[in-house]
Amino acid sequence: MQLTGAQMVCECLIREGVDLLFGLPGGAILPLYQTLPEYPKLRHVLVRHEQNAGHAADGYARASGKVGVAVATSGPGATNLVTPLATAMMDSTPIVAVTGQVPRAAIGRDAFQETDTTGITMPITKHNYLVMDTKDIPRVMKEAFHIARTGRPGPALVDLPRDVLTETAEFDYPEHVNLPSYKPTLEGHGQMIKRAAQLIRESERPLLLLGHGALISGAFDEAREIAERAQIPVITTLLGIGAFPGDHVLSLGMPGMHGQAHNNWAIDRADLIIGVGMRFDDRVTGRLSAFAPNARVIHVDIDPAEVGKNVRVTVPIVGDAKRVLHALAMQVDKVSRPDWIAEIDALRDEHPLYPGGSGGLRPQRVIQEICEATDGRAIVVTGVGQHQMWAAQRYVFKEPDLWITSGGLGTMGFEVPAAMGAAFAQPNRPVWSIAGDGGFQMTMSELATIVEHNTPVKFAILNNGNLGLVRQLQDLFYGGGRVASGYTGNPDFVKLAEAYGIWARRVTEESEVRAAIEEAAAVDGPALIDFRVEPEENVYPHVPAGESVFETIESPAGREALAWLT
Amino acid sequence: MVDVTLNTERVHTITALVNDKPGVLARIAGMFSRRGFNISSLAVGVSETPGLSRMTFVVEGDEWVVEQVVKQLYKLIDVVRVTNLSAESAVMREMALVKVRSNADTRAEIMQLVDIFRAAIVDVGKDAVIVEITGNEEKVAAMIKLLQPFGVRETMRTGRLAMTRGAASGARRERAHTGGSAPDAEVVP
Repeated sequence: MQLTGAQMVCECLIREGVDLLFGLPGGAILPLYQTLPEYPKLRHVLVRHEQNAGHAADGYARASGKVGVAVATSGPGATNLVTPLATAMMDSTPIVAVTGQVPRAAIGRDAFQETDTTGITMPITKHNYLVMDTKDIPRVMKEAFHIARTGRPGPALVDLPRDVLTETAEFDYPEHVNLPSYKPTLEGHGQMIKRAAQLIRESERPLLLLGHGALISGAFDEAREIAERAQIPVITTLLGIGAFPGDHVLSLGMPGMHGQAHNNWAIDRADLIIGVGMRFDDRVTGRLSAFAPNARVIHVDIDPAEVGKNVRVTVPIVGDAKRVLHALAMQVDKVSRPDWIAEIDALRDEHPLYPGGSGGLRPQRVIQEICEATDGRAIVVTGVGQHQMWAAQRYVFKEPDLWITSGGLGTMGFEVPAAMGAAFAQPNRPVWSIAGDGGFQMTMSELATIVEHNTPVKFAILNNGNLGLVRQLQDLFYGGGRVASGYTGNPDFVKLAEAYGIWARRVTEESEVRAAIEEAAAVDGPALIDFRVEPEENVYPHVPAGESVFETIESPAGREALAWLT
Repeated sequence: MVDVTLNTERVHTITALVNDKPGVLARIAGMFSRRGFNISSLAVGVSETPGLSRMTFVVEGDEWVVEQVVKQLYKLIDVVRVTNLSAESAVMREMALVKVRSNADTRAEIMQLVDIFRAAIVDVGKDAVIVEITGNEEKVAAMIKLLQPFGVRETMRTGRLAMTRGAASGARRERAHTGGSAPDAEVVP
């Protein structure tokens, strides 16, 4: 069958199960857009900025488990995808970006809207392609989707010169991918799994640390089986939240810089850490030399490069988390650990989560109310900063794959487009975008897209009129020098939403919180609540960067005790 | 637990079989630079298999660095195979071209040195010769040092090439070790 390159791209997308594209057209990619009407199966969502197309594809991918697709033109269209590609790379999200490029003859001549897209995105994609021959499109698209969704998932980019899209060639979609150099290891090594089971048997104070990999592989049941059978308390990393039911008696919460302090103390006490699909990131470990000083480590990860990268590992297991945990669960003995559980319970009592100061509307309270109103079963999307940490600490997820946040890259503004993408993926789930007033203003142009599609995203802006976490760092570690962290010209977010035709309310009192949440939830379509929260509120606990659990600041009182740090 | 401590700083020879495609060198060089690995030499050429090139890297660093280099190379889709060669099990060579000033008085002396080093004079001009020398880096360096007094105008070195001894081809897969002698360390993509 002879097809144009543009037709081939559409055929490939359909064959890969794609039915939704987020994008914004431009000259170089126009041949693809002009072909879209021939393929009604491909629904296109026109965004207001390419960055948001990328984050929407990311949110869509995380909420659906499918590959998200973003489309952009050459030059600025492609460079606007840089942040979402880097975000997806750090958080192992499968997205495929399709970008237009100037015609082949113009490449390298600084043509209008030319940029070296594959060169720019090389370190922030799992793999990328510049297609110089129309007949290569089927193979390249097949490989791009395969690479994006298998192994440790990640973003792939396919750059298509305009004349490659318009030329015709024989279309023959390959049945299989032929990539001899890319064969992810899925099964864990039997001997290592046996040794891991042995370590668990020998351990008195084990901890299970679940990361994003546990969610990606769908290891929810397997992790729970091991935890319950061997009575191992479970800690979930920022991106692993939801990999274990948050209301389970063995669920401890999040570790690290802003995790509940008892987690870090438990890690300090543990004699065995079982890290699954997580990478011992610096926000989790703090100072490496002081991390888990008494523990041996079992590290399960599908990416061999993560094993042994940050911490010394006693038992390395490279493989898919679900398969490894399934095999491990069969070898783990049923035991009880009353002493260890009691010790952890004591740690919990000793280190309660700081509830927020008196005075204004507490942001912590807002999160709790959203959690209660949605029964821990809404999709929650956040940006980066204080609101993200409060949500991570206080929204208790009862199911997996509901928590969508920019963890590794820490991308402010992620909350608006990613929530939109998630809502397209799960139209029957409530989707709450918990936003900061800073991040919201970075990507709020997508409100227009949301209105166009009546996408039922509920925005909860924790509006404190400043870049909260920056202000907090300045207060705690820079002697209170509040440089460039205060916003004095914020818009009236209620009026702003209303300008878009979005239902909106302002909340200033704690007594109004629940009713506003329920009203917003009842709206058929998007809604926005401007929560005017106490601007001086800080996120506690706070382990200073590069420090250990011993330097944890657990509340404003702890801040004074650690005055030497400033 | 202690962090992965840095010790036993040394030089390692790593070879990689990679797809012979545009941009592959950029992917590899980019990975080295953004992860802060130091390459002291890099040599590339086509391999015995059409469509594949072979690269030899000389990498400075401790065991942790080398393990990460091997694993990070494997993460690149275009890298087919990586081998960490030990000095004992491999033949390592470098070639250099050295342009040396020469005249009727010095030519004989230069030729004598070249003979001792089993090097060759591959071009003779009125006032300069080009010496071609092959050997390990020490031998090449020694040759250049001895030629220095005559006036070295230009040197061009290939960087290290390496190949395992015996029948084993570079096909033996490098263990992407994950710590200790763990069987799982044999994982390759």
